[in-house]
Amino acid sequence: MNRWLLVLLVVTLYALHQDFWFWRSAHPLVFGFLPVGLAYHAGFTLAAAALMALLVRVAWPSHLERE
Amino acid sequence: MTGTIFVAIYLAAVIYVGIFAFRGARGGDASGAEGFFLAGRSLGGFVFLFSLFGTHMTAFAILGSSGHAFHNGIVTYGLMASSSALVVPLLLLFLGTRLWWVGHEFGHMTPVQIFRDRWECGHIGTLIFVVQAVLLLPYIIIGVIGGGKAMQAISGGLVPYWLGGAVVAAVVMSYVFFGGMRGTAWVNAFQTVLFLSFGAVAVAVIGSGMGGFSAVVERLLASPATAPLLTRERVSPLYFFSYTFMPLSAIAFPHISIFCLTAKKMSQFKRTVILYPICILAVWLPCVFLGVLANGSSAVPKTARDEVLLLLLGQYAPEWLAGMLGAGIMAAVMASDSQILALSTMFTEDVFAYYGHKERFGERVQVMVGRGFVIALTAVAYLIALQAPGNIFELASQYAFSGFAALSPLVVAALCWRGSTKWGALASTLWVIAAVAAVAVFQAMVTAPGVWWRAGEWDAITRTPAGTLVFGMLPVVPMTLISGALMIVVSALTPRPSPATVARYFPAVAATRQ
Repeated sequence: MNRWLLVLLVVTLYALHQDFWFWRSAHPLVFGFLPVGLAYHAGFTLAAAALMALLVRVAWPSHLERE
Repeated sequence: MTGTIFVAIYLAAVIYVGIFAFRGARGGDASGAEGFFLAGRSLGGFVFLFSLFGTHMTAFAILGSSGHAFHNGIVTYGLMASSSALVVPLLLLFLGTRLWWVGHEFGHMTPVQIFRDRWECGHIGTLIFVVQAVLLLPYIIIGVIGGGKAMQAISGGLVPYWLGGAVVAAVVMSYVFFGGMRGTAWVNAFQTVLFLSFGAVAVAVIGSGMGGFSAVVERLLASPATAPLLTRERVSPLYFFSYTFMPLSAIAFPHISIFCLTAKKMSQFKRTVILYPICILAVWLPCVFLGVLANGSSAVPKTARDEVLLLLLGQYAPEWLAGMLGAGIMAAVMASDSQILALSTMFTEDVFAYYGHKERFGERVQVMVGRGFVIALTAVAYLIALQAPGNIFELASQYAFSGFAALSPLVVAALCWRGSTKWGALASTLWVIAAVAAVAVFQAMVTAPGVWWRAGEWDAITRTPAGTLVFGMLPVVPMTLISGALMIVVSALTPRPSPATVARYFPAVAATRQ
């Protein structure tokens, strides 16, 4: 995968951490109790895990590996 | 009383795991320095993931986060957890693997050894050692404070703070002393499994006891005093952004970077990097959410801080379950072991061995000195913990996190930039010393709250009840950016290390140029 595309993905996710759009509201309550700002960042955490899975797959520094 | 019994059983289990359980584990020479300090560079995938996570997540992850969320609301998760979930795995993937390679290729055991070799310097390395040691000490103290507070709360005051802290310090010291890195890593893995399980059970029990989450959340939303805790309106977006610099500290923390050298294979980083954010979610989400919900419970006084979760457990969980969950909390707060071992490794390698004592007295004496250092350091940390003011979260974030985040450009430059020099490293290090000292002096001398310096329409430097803000951001932002800038500018103006040294660290680039 293109190196710059991966950089763009990382930068985009970093920018998405700054979710000003859910700043002043607790609604909607996800699952009926989780404030949307907290649910968003829980989802962000899962997205980070997905990004790491992609990076490990396509950007693993295999040249350093010594088995 | 039940809680005290469960914690006692837990502490006995920790001592067993740390000292006896994996003594016979294969891999590396267990008697030498590499065996004691790095587990012979032979840790397997399971223990590497859980131990690395447990090493990073200390008292602040459970006690500090719920206490912080109790007063500040859901913002706590975004400030520390989700930013770490992105930044820390990235650091491990792109810098942790390089640290592993350098350690295996050249036999280095500490970051300072890498810096000395990479930049062909001696005393600058010693200075970096001193800075790392001074910054790491508060982090060790946090573990002792957390242990003392948790023991006091779990026992319902039966065990006083000073005794709880002493017991925790003694247990940690025992398995670090006897078990070295292998014992510490297995204890950390055991503790991580415990406190990962803790989150889900605590949420279920406390949620049910409080009458269901929806009802509590609706009650909090109905009150003007507590409704803002379910949003982030009390925190500025700039302040929120500045917290994303804090996780940079992870790769500069000696206990994390040294831990990167213990993996048997580099491929063990793969699973760690992917599962790290999931582990963060499993620990932080329950703790932050319960910390916020505690505002709807009469069991938690408004003055409560780090004891919030323990008070909730005492109120809503049956005694036996509260005792078991209390042991889970103890698992989280007893994370000072790897910092103590890291400092001991650094002292014996970066000072004792570097200044010729290893050659003079031998490796056996070196390990003995390392063990003696463990005892001395634990005793000092305990004595300071008895006097230390402030809560866990503030103490950790203001000095240890900011200082190490500002040192992260050194790691990046050493491993990724051929043009970096020892003078760039010196400039960055001196800046970090000056900046941390300036923040400490400023906070000691200026009373909060108030704007101390206004630049035009901007509040340039503000003293807040929790610390200091620079243009609305945490000091860690200018500290890190200026540290990085100094590394670049000073390195560009000063002579590089010899081509042979640069070629050793960047063989792929050297091969391309030939």
